[in-house]
Amino acid sequence: MTKNINITVNEVDRHASVEPRLLLVHFLRENAGLTGTHIGCDTSLCGACTVLLDGRAVKSCTVLAVQADGRKVTTVEGLASDGQLHPLQEGFWEEHGLQCGFCTPGVIMCSHDLLERHPDPTDTEIRESINGNLCRCTGYQHIVAAVKNAARKMSKPLAAEAGAR
Amino acid sequence: MATPIKSPTPQKKNSKAGEGAWVGKRMKRKEDPRLIRGISHYTDDIKLAGMVHCVFTRSPHGHAEIKAVRTDAAKALAGVIGVYTSVDTTSLGPVPCAIQMPDLRLPRHPVLAEDRVRYVGEPVAVVVAEDLYTAHDAAELVEVDYEPLPAVTDLEKALSKDSPRVHAQFPDNQAFTHQLKNGDIDAAFKKADRVVKQRMMNQRLAPIAMEPRAVVAEYLPGENRLTVWSSTQIPHLLKTQLSLLVRLPETAVRVIAPEVGGGFGSKLNVYGEEGIVPWLAMKTGRPVKWNEGRRENFMATIHGRDALNDVELALKKDGTILGMRARVLADMGAYYQLLTPLIPQLTALMHAGCYKIPAIQIDIIGVFTNKMSTDAYRGAGRPEATFNVERIMEIGAKELGVDPAKFRHMNFPQPKEFPYTTVTGLTYDSAKYQESLSKALKLAGYGNLRQRQKEGWKKGKYYGIGLSTYVEICAIGPSAATPAGGWESGTVRIEPTGKVTVLTGASPHGQGEETTFAQLIADQLSIDPQDVNVLHGDTLAVPYGIGTFGSRATAVGGTAIYMATEKLKTKMATLAAHLLGCKPSDVSFGRGALAAKGGKKIAFDDLVLAAYTARNIPPGFEPGLEATHFFEPSNFTFPFGCHLCAVEVDIETGQIKIEKYIAVDDCGNVINPLLVAGQIQGGIAQGLGQAMWEELIYNDDGQLVTGTLMDYAVPKAHFFPDFILDHTVTPSPVNPMGVKGVGEAGTIASTPCIVNAVCDALWPFGIRHIEMPLKPDRVWNAIRSAQAIPAIATSAEAPKNKAVRRRA
Repeated sequence: MTKNINITVNEVDRHASVEPRLLLVHFLRENAGLTGTHIGCDTSLCGACTVLLDGRAVKSCTVLAVQADGRKVTTVEGLASDGQLHPLQEGFWEEHGLQCGFCTPGVIMCSHDLLERHPDPTDTEIRESINGNLCRCTGYQHIVAAVKNAARKMSKPLAAEAGAR
Repeated sequence: MATPIKSPTPQKKNSKAGEGAWVGKRMKRKEDPRLIRGISHYTDDIKLAGMVHCVFTRSPHGHAEIKAVRTDAAKALAGVIGVYTSVDTTSLGPVPCAIQMPDLRLPRHPVLAEDRVRYVGEPVAVVVAEDLYTAHDAAELVEVDYEPLPAVTDLEKALSKDSPRVHAQFPDNQAFTHQLKNGDIDAAFKKADRVVKQRMMNQRLAPIAMEPRAVVAEYLPGENRLTVWSSTQIPHLLKTQLSLLVRLPETAVRVIAPEVGGGFGSKLNVYGEEGIVPWLAMKTGRPVKWNEGRRENFMATIHGRDALNDVELALKKDGTILGMRARVLADMGAYYQLLTPLIPQLTALMHAGCYKIPAIQIDIIGVFTNKMSTDAYRGAGRPEATFNVERIMEIGAKELGVDPAKFRHMNFPQPKEFPYTTVTGLTYDSAKYQESLSKALKLAGYGNLRQRQKEGWKKGKYYGIGLSTYVEICAIGPSAATPAGGWESGTVRIEPTGKVTVLTGASPHGQGEETTFAQLIADQLSIDPQDVNVLHGDTLAVPYGIGTFGSRATAVGGTAIYMATEKLKTKMATLAAHLLGCKPSDVSFGRGALAAKGGKKIAFDDLVLAAYTARNIPPGFEPGLEATHFFEPSNFTFPFGCHLCAVEVDIETGQIKIEKYIAVDDCGNVINPLLVAGQIQGGIAQGLGQAMWEELIYNDDGQLVTGTLMDYAVPKAHFFPDFILDHTVTPSPVNPMGVKGVGEAGTIASTPCIVNAVCDALWPFGIRHIEMPLKPDRVWNAIRSAQAIPAIATSAEAPKNKAVRRRA
């Protein structure tokens, strides 16, 4: 038994006929061919598979593809546009917020959700907001610096806008 | 396809390249653009036409006899290509162990369990199916009749006469015994004013690389070419072992370690699955993929540590160390993996720490139990040694009433004594232990912390200060001391267009060598690091190499690259001299050009091209610009440092608050401080993870009861404060760059550091030691059952051990 679904992934419509038990992460990796979303556990605890579902961070190993039918998904591949990195990607690069890079897409997507809601988070807020994302390499310190770096950059255009008004 | 991304903030070039322009700079990593965009390729991201998936059926028992395996139902499922058991894989294996020792007992380690399973998670059958979901369904349809047997998981019980036997042929469950003895140890203990003893369990840990293991294999019978992508730290060693496992000539096997999502030693191995997947590809004629699930990763990827230690220190009353004894029971698990029996030997070697110890005796017994194999996990034997040493020093100092910082300081060898030969037979290359200790104490405001501790007692606050002055053995290592070669290879090729291709036998997986090696060569050749491309991990492209582990990639692999580049420079100078009409010794390398003494120049690119066009070359000059160096180090390197941790223990709840964590590390010269900081921070987090939260627990039946990320507490971001890092620089004389290695320092230093801090806080209760992990319930119970309660209610002074009152 399969079900027809349509998910908008990184602004591209993806139609597919899938088993109801297919996980969103497998849909993204296998059907959409977007392998930037990683699988680091089987119990929804590591956060490597974090993507945005209608703008909010979800662990795509705990969402069925059929649940995302008719909705919008953003993966790490959808962040950079026109050859320009997203400020979060820049932040992770500049602050050495990654080593092996496996957890990184998930941490970036989770931080994206945070910065949408809290543009100027404290260190503690950053640490608490990413506590569903495990990183074994960095000890998190450079990740916190990376998110702050991005927050600074993302607030600049807003400030400039306010100044212009 | 993704478009190339330009660096948004180009690296500041504040000096001319060439004269130390890049080495020592916080250069952003060349690896990162592909990783932060999610467009790099880990093993699971590899897709091949016609690829199928395999899933293993694993033992749910710690110890059981296999009565029967029925695969009919699994085979009958639509989409299943094949189901295989040990009957089918007799030509495959066994799983290799690289260690040879005189009395080492070597159990047979089949790739699939034969008549018996000996740990939970041991593979019994493997299913191949068209898709992953079907393979999982079929693996559950494999029926295995087990006759459960008594299991043994406790180290001491395993050695008792009536213990179940893990292997029938080894009645005492002993894997080996090993003694390291030097100096007059009996005399040392006889003349001691004080003997301090402590039993300490170094608990079993899971490495938890965020990318679980993964293997993809493709076999092309026409070409007789087996290509295996594996998430490994050692592609070349794996290639050799795989050729033996699957019985193909080594020339037919190519191993590729693509992007590797962390290793920490767990991928410094050759696993049965790494042999089975290629075998399946050969058997089925289809490319096969295997992804380890996290649950499998907990059960069937190597574990770390797991040793029971009884440590004794003989002291003079002024604090001078006379001797040290230790008995270590080291848990091997049920079988050996590649290096299993080697790890505790590193513990023995490093048991002198950074102290002058005249006599030592370390006895190690390797023990079989019904658990997964232990093997190298970040630090591999050295964290265990450092924990024993730093804990017993701490307890010794306290029992003598000597300040722990002063105690350490007085027992360090002096800088002028280096190279310093330890009682365990190692030659430490260079160190200034006093300097890193002093720096850490100053950074922490040690005097103030001690003062605050005393004042805290009056208010019922329990502050603790922990020190860890560590030394580690890195740059592994001279071949004479390693099982499979301790050298590393490096090839540098300046292409006809002047761009530089580097091939390194080290196989980085997060360490950032694509960047640091480029920095190194950029300075040597006076070029831009963006013009250097470092390749690794593909055995068809890269000359034979050893791999990345044991903090060796820079000190050994980097030196190989450095030496190869020096060979090229000599060659380039010869050609430049020919073209410029001067002596080779008069040629210097400047940015973009080589110059003769008189000022005549030839552009770098022109010279390179001249080496390839070869129309005007000196007699006997070999065309082309490529050099390879296999670097054999003359010794290990010995990075060191001092970590200091300040904690507050809530005696009502057992909660520990890390107030301050300071790390002063010395890894010799630094190529990229940003990457060094990353290694140290990550290492500290991992070491604190052991001290505070992580623990693999098997119950008496051999069930792994902390086998998911819900039960096994990998540290999260909000567990830590920012760590404060500083360093000293003591170059190593062992290699021309003066580097030492930094991958494991944080893990080695931090574990005893925080345990020392917590036990320091609870010393007024008469608590000498609490076993790791220091979870609140364990700390709370230790306080509740303490023999003494502090005399602080009435005394304003520090409650010395003698001053505590006994509970009524």
